[in-house]
Amino acid sequence: MNEIEEKSKAAQEFLKGLWKENPIFVSVLGMCPALAVTNTAINSLAMGLATTFVLLCSSILVSLLKSIIPKQVRITAYIIIIATFVTVVDFGLAAFTPAIHKELGAFIALIVVNCLILGRQEAFASKNSVGLSILDALGMSVGFTFAMLCIGMPREILGSGSLFNIPLFGDSFEPWVVMILPPGGFFMLGFLLLGFNWYAQRKKVLKVKST
Amino acid sequence: MEEQEIQTTPLITEEKEPSSLKLILALGIAGLISGVILVGTFIYTDPLIKANKAAATQRAIFKVLEGCESFTTLTLENDKLIEKVVNPDKEEKNDKNELLVYAGYNANKELIGFAIPGSEPGFQDIIGTIFGYDGTKKVIIGFEVLESKETPGLGDKIFKDADFQTNFTALAVEPEIIPVKKGEKQNPNEVETIAGATISSKAVVRLLNKTMAIWQKTIDDYIKENDLNIAEKDE
Repeated sequence: MNEIEEKSKAAQEFLKGLWKENPIFVSVLGMCPALAVTNTAINSLAMGLATTFVLLCSSILVSLLKSIIPKQVRITAYIIIIATFVTVVDFGLAAFTPAIHKELGAFIALIVVNCLILGRQEAFASKNSVGLSILDALGMSVGFTFAMLCIGMPREILGSGSLFNIPLFGDSFEPWVVMILPPGGFFMLGFLLLGFNWYAQRKKVLKVKST
Repeated sequence: MEEQEIQTTPLITEEKEPSSLKLILALGIAGLISGVILVGTFIYTDPLIKANKAAATQRAIFKVLEGCESFTTLTLENDKLIEKVVNPDKEEKNDKNELLVYAGYNANKELIGFAIPGSEPGFQDIIGTIFGYDGTKKVIIGFEVLESKETPGLGDKIFKDADFQTNFTALAVEPEIIPVKKGEKQNPNEVETIAGATISSKAVVRLLNKTMAIWQKTIDDYIKENDLNIAEKDE
């Protein structure tokens, strides 16, 4: 019984990030990358993966060190840990995938101030075991990357007429340039949040009706 | 959510105020670990990053000087171009402030032109470029963007738009390069700007004019002094 409970709890920690507590659509965290780098699908994906790496590594380290870090300096310590991994990502991308590094540019360094990462350290990794922290970090990262792609893919399709740099329409397609400019990010995010909240609301209403 | 809160309560209640020394120590250790990781990463990736940059520059030189097979690096010293001795051990001293141009040669070791790096603020950030210059005809013969954060879909047309690139097949640099609207090019010293990316296009023109102002005289002198002739391209 206990084992089953533990397993379902672990699964829950992973799954909650995907939908119920999705970092972008529900918690509305990490807005800077969600608006700024989602102008193409590739950039969205690369940003999602970079954030995944940082979140995962920081969660493991914070969870391991949770008993050593005094409460009074915990935020400082988390930021040091997060900043370290962000710099590792920055160097790593420049060394192995210079093209993506060129595209993401200044936004990589800004992962440090992504509230999603610091938030997970404070709310979860600093209070839970390494195993659960890994699941939580993975779930949140997958949810974040999914949300980034949800914003990035339509923006690229409408704004450039392509997806992952593959042209979709002929020359006759006139791209909606506004979609790849900053306002396009707000439009897309607004529409998605609208859809998300409408769905959640409807589910709630149906539930009340059925009971 | 509920599960998390249950677990948090016991942790907080048991704690007593730790001494300052402990706080300093904790942060000191965090800094130390972070430092070790960063130095390790830097030592490992730095040569790769430098190699990437050098490879990108080299690729660009071959691209802006058609038919280029080899090149020498020239540096400015007392207003004169001299060949830079490339010492592989001292590679890292090659900082951005150093003014460099590259002289490109074809398969017969004849000079075909100069590849000149130049940068200028664009719409969002510095645009870093390299362009090919034919010193005898005084025309720009190729243009390549190395670094740019221009808006995707608009400003980035300065390196993605094939029409814009055709501006730089034989662009006269004298008396100076002038930006004109698309379809209005009449003289060899005019550049057709991109509709919707006027700022980026004009930045490119400004960049070319500025960079040529620095180099044109020195390159002329260099050609005269060494009695060089730019090889005619075989059509």
